[in-house]
Amino acid sequence: MPSNQKVWTVEVRVTLKPSVLDPQGATVQRALHSMGYTELTGARIGKYLQLTFNPGLSRAEVEKQARRMCDKLLVNPVIEHYQLNLIAPQTVTA
Amino acid sequence: MKFGVVVFPGSNCDHDCYHGVKEVLRQPVQFIWHGSRTLPAVDCLILPGGFSYGDYLRTGAIARFAEIMDQVREHAQSGKPVIGICNGFQILLEAGLLPGAMLRNRNLNFICKYVLLKVESTRSPFIRYIPKDKLLRIPVAHGEGNYYCDAETLSQLRANRQILFRYCDSQGAVTDAANPNGSVDNIAGICNAQGNVVGMMPHPERCMETAMGSADGLELFRSLLQSAQSLVSG
Repeated sequence: MPSNQKVWTVEVRVTLKPSVLDPQGATVQRALHSMGYTELTGARIGKYLQLTFNPGLSRAEVEKQARRMCDKLLVNPVIEHYQLNLIAPQTVTA
Repeated sequence: MKFGVVVFPGSNCDHDCYHGVKEVLRQPVQFIWHGSRTLPAVDCLILPGGFSYGDYLRTGAIARFAEIMDQVREHAQSGKPVIGICNGFQILLEAGLLPGAMLRNRNLNFICKYVLLKVESTRSPFIRYIPKDKLLRIPVAHGEGNYYCDAETLSQLRANRQILFRYCDSQGAVTDAANPNGSVDNIAGICNAQGNVVGMMPHPERCMETAMGSADGLELFRSLLQSAQSLVSG
């Protein structure tokens, strides 16, 4: 694929459910507190994924595929939530 | 009883399991490659510890889609014994063959040490014949062994007596101080509702001989053999 090829981009934000303890976030929060950031009341750590898709697909199809990927592999619904952000490919004018 | 040890890319306790079954338990055993679509004729499957597929994304998340997993699922659903140890447990959770999920250890450390386990149930053939009240001394070695499930799942696990092992102190008391990783309810191992599928974070295959510092791991496999024999004779 040429490097200037426009593609659909889907940003996936995966976060631990609020009910799930986040050991990494808690440790970061303690570190920030000990650095003097006493106003901090919480820190949670999640994951960010960037998926790219063939520009020929419709928006609905891209979203459907991305959701399937999340439900099957990218996210564990026992402990995690996710949010999608679709970025449409820019139209290339001749 | 014929054993099969599933080998994933990154498994590193597969040879320990093989050795324990062959040389200590004196039972036939073979390796089964993760890319195989068929299972040889085995009675018990072992999913060993290690770091399958680099444990990228989440531990066990990619391994659960290995070609062999359809056969593992079928084997489990037919009621035959399956034991997932450490990474094998994580794979069984991701595959939905056991309830719950794993989180990073609460202190974020990779923990590699002997722990004491209280046997909580007789639900599974892997523990049915372990002497009652015996505390098992078995090592853990994991960074993500912080077992999590929601309150509803926990009450189901309790009601069905699916909690097999809990971390305890030398008096057998299940305390927070004895909990190495922050697991819900000090859970170290569980089984499915039928009892044939077991997942545990501690490594019984690492303590099958007294020369290893403990032979308590052997208790699980002896119990399994005894359960199979009592089925045949009974």
